[in-house]
Amino acid sequence: MILFQVPVITVDLVLNGLLLGAIFALAAYGMALVWGVMNIINIAQGEFVMLGGYVAVMMYWGGIHPLFAVPVAALVMFIVGWALYRAVIFRIVDRDLFVSLLATFGLSILLQQLMNTAFSGNVQIAEAGLGTMFLFDGLVTLSQIKIVAFVLAFVVGGCLVVFLKRSRTGQAIRATAQNARAARVMGINTDRVYAVTYGLNAALCGACGALVAMAYNIHPYIGLPYTIRSFMIVVVAGLGNFVGVILAGLGLGAAENLAGFVLGAQFQLAFVFALLVVVLVWRNWRLAAKRQYLK
Amino acid sequence: MKIGASRLLGYAAILAIGVAAPYLFPNYQSQMAELWLFIVFALTWDLVGGQMGYNSFGNVVFIGIGMYACALIQVGLFYSISDYNAARGGGQTVFTFDVAQYLEGLALGLPVAGITAGIVAAILGSAVLGMRGHYFAICTLGLGVAVGQVANAWEWIGAGSGMVVPHAPPEIGDTGRFYYYLAFVLAVLTFIVVAWIYTTRFGLAINAIRDDEEKAEAMGLPTTRIKVTAWVISALFLGVAGGILGNLKRFIDPIEVAFAGATFGVWMVLMVILGGKGTLWGPVIGAIVFQFLKEFFWTYLLGWQRVALGLMIVLIVVFFPQGILGFLRERFPERFGHKVDPSLVRSAGEAAE
Repeated sequence: MILFQVPVITVDLVLNGLLLGAIFALAAYGMALVWGVMNIINIAQGEFVMLGGYVAVMMYWGGIHPLFAVPVAALVMFIVGWALYRAVIFRIVDRDLFVSLLATFGLSILLQQLMNTAFSGNVQIAEAGLGTMFLFDGLVTLSQIKIVAFVLAFVVGGCLVVFLKRSRTGQAIRATAQNARAARVMGINTDRVYAVTYGLNAALCGACGALVAMAYNIHPYIGLPYTIRSFMIVVVAGLGNFVGVILAGLGLGAAENLAGFVLGAQFQLAFVFALLVVVLVWRNWRLAAKRQYLK
Repeated sequence: MKIGASRLLGYAAILAIGVAAPYLFPNYQSQMAELWLFIVFALTWDLVGGQMGYNSFGNVVFIGIGMYACALIQVGLFYSISDYNAARGGGQTVFTFDVAQYLEGLALGLPVAGITAGIVAAILGSAVLGMRGHYFAICTLGLGVAVGQVANAWEWIGAGSGMVVPHAPPEIGDTGRFYYYLAFVLAVLTFIVVAWIYTTRFGLAINAIRDDEEKAEAMGLPTTRIKVTAWVISALFLGVAGGILGNLKRFIDPIEVAFAGATFGVWMVLMVILGGKGTLWGPVIGAIVFQFLKEFFWTYLLGWQRVALGLMIVLIVVFFPQGILGFLRERFPERFGHKVDPSLVRSAGEAAE
């Protein structure tokens, strides 16, 4: 009987993983945006997700349906991102990578501890009140909110892509990503572009966090895994590869869910971080092999 | 290496203060023991991060491995480790250690802690140290968390509920003082070794790697071997320091104590930045200032201390990246042996206007 169920259980795990993966892809896309435009690897990425989640939780406490929290969290986080840029990030844009890495790491610890002090370390959820679907005689369970989150993740990501492609500001962002100096010469206020980019990233993460708070749960320390997942996805997909980010994100979600089942849930986070190391080592070996070939 | 008389006197004074400190300020003994370990952390981080340019966020791995290795040896020499870790809290079996057993465990445990960490560094280093810049930094960050999560899930070493380090038999007396001196000796030893390394060809080689790795390699330096060696050296000391820290804390929590990336892992980087990256005394000064600040926050900002520390990281990195020694060197270049040509200074001043 167990043997017969294996494929179905796998389907269940993979499906749930794919639904989770869309959220990873969303956060990763924001990281790729900031990395590509500002050349900053934002370690505070996961903390933006966490903050967005708390916006949703607070609205849920206030009696508002958390689905409305998605745009609100995006708006709030845009302002937070903008403010953080004006306070800290603009000072480190042109500095060496280690400074920006450590400064955003410091920001992430600061935000983590602030939220921990303000809301305690407890796990919070924003209950959306949707049901669960059962497929294949209940062997495959999908909660509807996860599906809604999956679809919304694509909607939000799609909005951003259209914004970057169509709007004047989006054009300016893309120009700055290609060549910041040339963009400045052409009269683009790159400082403003950076501020908008950082704000957009935070908004994206905020929307992502609202989805996480509804479909899964949040607590002050969920940040770092999201940052690491985003980084991994961007490394695998490459900068500026939108389809790659989606595929890598979905793949990571499925792989993580399967690993959590096979190895046991207590090893799931260990798997994510170990996978990062493996991905980076593998990338490095491939690059080294390429270098040898050039000799 | 010729050392001037005044400098020798200075070293002697520091040693004397270190020896006398627990008698002068007995209330701050554990904080001072921690300070000596922080100095070890900062010095070894700077060896790889400051002098070689490989900014690791994962050196905390070696502390944790040393901590567990030492505790496992201390227990495992005399009892079954799985029994020991399973008995926690139940109180059915009491595991006690007499003086000879305790000292034997420690005498074997600390070197094994260092060597285990060194071996792990050699294995990891050959895979990880080929990466450059931010890839290395984030990879080591992930490594630290990954190892911590594995320790958190591994039943044999106590999993998430941690491991109690064998308590000293009462005949030993003041164990706090005992570990203070162990930490003190380790810090002095680390300082001597690191200072000696910076005077050798090897020291020049790691500086060359920091300045331009491609050129260093083109000049015929075996860069990978040098990088791994430097990491192994820092891991050796970190492993022993971890063993001491575990005995000082008496309880190993896998995430909060052993592989504490958010505390020790970041703090050691911060100490180096604060003191001055890539200098010999910078990490020492940074560790001292940091320990004072930390204890200050813990005393006067209780509840907000971690927020204050996060804010401090951002402020230091953004506004004070050159560190205390870097700042002093800029202000008083003559004191650091740089010759200053007054005419050049004046012309530079005019150019700036």
